[in-house]
Amino acid sequence: MSYTPRPPRWATRFLAWYCRPELLEDLEGDLHEYFDRHVKAKGVRRAKLIYVIDVFKFFRSYTVRKPEFINLLIHWVMIGSYIKTSGRSIVRNKMFSTINIFGLAISMSVGLLLIAFLADLNSYDRIHTKGDRIYRLIDTHVNKHHGKSIELASTSVVAPRRIKEEYAGIEDLVLMRSGFGGDAEVNDKVVPIEGIWSDDSFFNVFSFKLLKGNPRTALKAPFSIVLTEKEANRVFGDDDPMGKTIRMKDDSEKGFSEYLVTGLMEDPPKFSHIRFGALASFATLDILKKNEEYFLEWQNVWSNYAYIVLPEKSSTEDLQSYLDNLAKTENEKMPDVSITFTLQPFFDIALGKDLSNQLGPTMLSSVMWIVSALAVVVILSACFNYTNLSIARSMRRSREVGIRKVIGALRSHVLAQFIAEAVIISFLALVLSFGIFLILRPAFLSLSSELSNLVTLDLTPSVVGYFILLAVIVGLVAGILPALFFAKIKAVQVLKDVSSIKVFKNVAVRRLLIVAQYTLSLAFIATTMIGYEQYKYFIAFDLGYKTDNILNIRLQGNNPDVVSKAMQEIPEVSRISRSIMVTSTGSYYGNMIKYQGDSVDISYNTIDEHYLPIHGHKFLAGTNFRYQQKGVVEHQAIVNEKLVSRLKMGTPDQAVGERFQIDTVNYRIVGVLKDFHYGKVDSKIDPFIFKYSNEDVSYLNASISSKDWIATMEKVEEAWKKVDPIHALDAKFYSDKIQESYNQFQVMVKVIGFLAVLAITIASMGLLGMVVFTTETRTKEISIRKVLGASEGSLIYLLSRGFILLLLVSAVIALPLTYLLFTNVILREFVYTAPIGMFELFGGLVGILIIAMIMIGSQTIRVARANPASVLKSE
Amino acid sequence: MKGTNLGEFEELVLLTIAALMNDAYSVAICDELEKRTDRDVKLGVVHAVLNRLEEKGLVKSKLGEATNVRGGKRKRYYSITSAGKASLLKAKEVRDQLWSIIPDLALKLNV
Repeated sequence: MSYTPRPPRWATRFLAWYCRPELLEDLEGDLHEYFDRHVKAKGVRRAKLIYVIDVFKFFRSYTVRKPEFINLLIHWVMIGSYIKTSGRSIVRNKMFSTINIFGLAISMSVGLLLIAFLADLNSYDRIHTKGDRIYRLIDTHVNKHHGKSIELASTSVVAPRRIKEEYAGIEDLVLMRSGFGGDAEVNDKVVPIEGIWSDDSFFNVFSFKLLKGNPRTALKAPFSIVLTEKEANRVFGDDDPMGKTIRMKDDSEKGFSEYLVTGLMEDPPKFSHIRFGALASFATLDILKKNEEYFLEWQNVWSNYAYIVLPEKSSTEDLQSYLDNLAKTENEKMPDVSITFTLQPFFDIALGKDLSNQLGPTMLSSVMWIVSALAVVVILSACFNYTNLSIARSMRRSREVGIRKVIGALRSHVLAQFIAEAVIISFLALVLSFGIFLILRPAFLSLSSELSNLVTLDLTPSVVGYFILLAVIVGLVAGILPALFFAKIKAVQVLKDVSSIKVFKNVAVRRLLIVAQYTLSLAFIATTMIGYEQYKYFIAFDLGYKTDNILNIRLQGNNPDVVSKAMQEIPEVSRISRSIMVTSTGSYYGNMIKYQGDSVDISYNTIDEHYLPIHGHKFLAGTNFRYQQKGVVEHQAIVNEKLVSRLKMGTPDQAVGERFQIDTVNYRIVGVLKDFHYGKVDSKIDPFIFKYSNEDVSYLNASISSKDWIATMEKVEEAWKKVDPIHALDAKFYSDKIQESYNQFQVMVKVIGFLAVLAITIASMGLLGMVVFTTETRTKEISIRKVLGASEGSLIYLLSRGFILLLLVSAVIALPLTYLLFTNVILREFVYTAPIGMFELFGGLVGILIIAMIMIGSQTIRVARANPASVLKSE
Repeated sequence: MKGTNLGEFEELVLLTIAALMNDAYSVAICDELEKRTDRDVKLGVVHAVLNRLEEKGLVKSKLGEATNVRGGKRKRYYSITSAGKASLLKAKEVRDQLWSIIPDLALKLNV
């Protein structure tokens, strides 16, 4: 038989769908005739294309079917009936309804959290009426020597000033600088205040409200300060702060400066990435830093922030090309670095890209995408459950559908009824999930202080609106497949013989869904367990020095001698050393050293002579520092093995006595230490040096031996209060601080662990539903088998075999994938990791198998034990 | 009234239906028009016009027998109604009258 080309079926179907029935046949015929002609003249492919185009061309007002009014009316009238029958069906099948509602509710609670979270992030900075025209000037800083580039939220002082002066196409520009603050003295009271420096454009660019004072001049004069209500209340109580003076300590010749309060403003809202208690005029800095050349250098891009307002209806293109030119000419003048500018839209700051030196709390949009994707996966998984169960129940419901159709229900009516049922279930789930949301919310916020600093997850009308929208969408997604399935059912066929419905056509799909759910569950649980194992490994990592029972006390500007003396009076404090930073917690002090024409980047710590013994560092050669007065002649350094080998100084013994330079200062190596981990586990050991100082330090490291830690801490607190009554004690045990530095990892483990619990619950419920369905529909078969002599054991095996097989299939998919994900992607980020153990990988599988066995077992045993006589008699 | 005046293309289609007699269905009308007028006639346009003419009551249609060409779909045959005949005649009359008052000279000079 010769092959005759046919027009594309979907196009014909589309035509049939939209075309009025009385025009359809003729039109279809005409198009077909043309199609045949085109096949002969232009070939099959062109003909098909023309056919499709023609089908779309015929979509005109006179061909399109008008929605039948009566049909809509029926839908409207039937809504009550849909709700009633859905309610009945929900009540009748309590088991299935519970599984569905519970499964949907648990997954939707994640959706609710996510919605509230995103809503909070989206309401950031929205109070500013010019917000859509504001852009932040952000810099990319590239080191010309090794090509390392950093993207910064900050910029220099000079660049924004140049822009404001030279470029006419902007409405305004505000220049700010972080780091204003310190102890404010008013009368005899000392109150620490924190804020930012800003020039006088502040209140023109932003919409923060100034309650008292002139918005145009408040920040103009040097030594002016604007206080927020909260801060004013702290400093002045109920007195009017306007016109009063505040004395702030600083590095000026007098040792302090006096600021005049020129404004009182509303507190910035919680959802603002710019947060402050006080604003000091930028002009002050020009006076305070007039002897600091670096302040006005092009490459000092670390702590200033510029926000530019463009005029209405203007694009950023012109400004960007001006900025590119500006960067180009300036970069030619600088030998070491190049700095380029980008404009970041104001509303993309709070939820945006990864920048260093952020001014306030922000969230990475990439992280949000990943989290959202996970939430969608979890919710879809629960939707699959619903779909799965509903189609599984089709044998029970199809007769009902048959009768409906005989009475006169159209396809669309059946469709509407089943979708309505799904939406009702999803709304019931919403109620439950809202309860779960209220319980989860505080737990979620307490995961990390950064989270609670960033969002509140409060309910607003729009958030509630989105909750309801989520319920509707979940209902539609979950209900659409079963609804389509039922709508297709032919009445005659169903009423004649229910079993003729081809449910088994979907068996493969349902199995696939179960496998997918269990794969996810297993992957999540394995990830959690492996992640937790790694976390434990990280915090117990052997750093190469001792951190037990060492309390790091931040000096907060106090004289180390004084604090040290006060602490030494506590009997539990055995020894005290000093350092400028706390290593192994993710912070680094860096510099570059030169040695005989070679140079290398190093990290360093500045310590006193007690530091190395207290922390148990091991010397390979040389000696510890000796006590030195300030103003020493010789600068000494103690280095690690890596430095010795990197600079090819020979053996450790040979290295002692060598000299190297930092900037122009000469250092002599007095000791070499065994390598130790001063970074986190994500970085390997590189050259490191210890410098000596007794004064320029920020921390005291107190070695404590105590039986009653709480009492000891109280003593430390008391001693601190005597020295510094203003600032609160900031002291943390070394191991706690290390643990804290891996907090992000811990949060990740907790979140994924939570998702694992969700996924397992959902998967288990799906499985339970399937098992119940299978056993119920096979009750008769089982009884007959039993009558014929099958043993209970063999029957249980028969019923459970299929399910166990599915679980094993998911294990075969999930576990290798998780293993590969960890070994090839996640753990690559870290230099030192724990090996992935069998227990972490398979523990979850065993747990899940046990849960599944209990569920399968409980159902199959019941059926297998049933008395065949009573089963067979009943029908 | 809407139904009394014929557009140029409507008139052509109507004339073609009359000319084709018992074989006037959409594709044939299309082909015939293309042959006679020497212009590209789109099926979509003809369809729309046929639909409009039927609405105006100038033509009527009935479905023919099913055949195994056209994917087994029946053809819709159009025939002209008496109202259609009347409006064709009226259009011709108007033209004839106009032709008759043009002086011979005017045409000759311009051509």
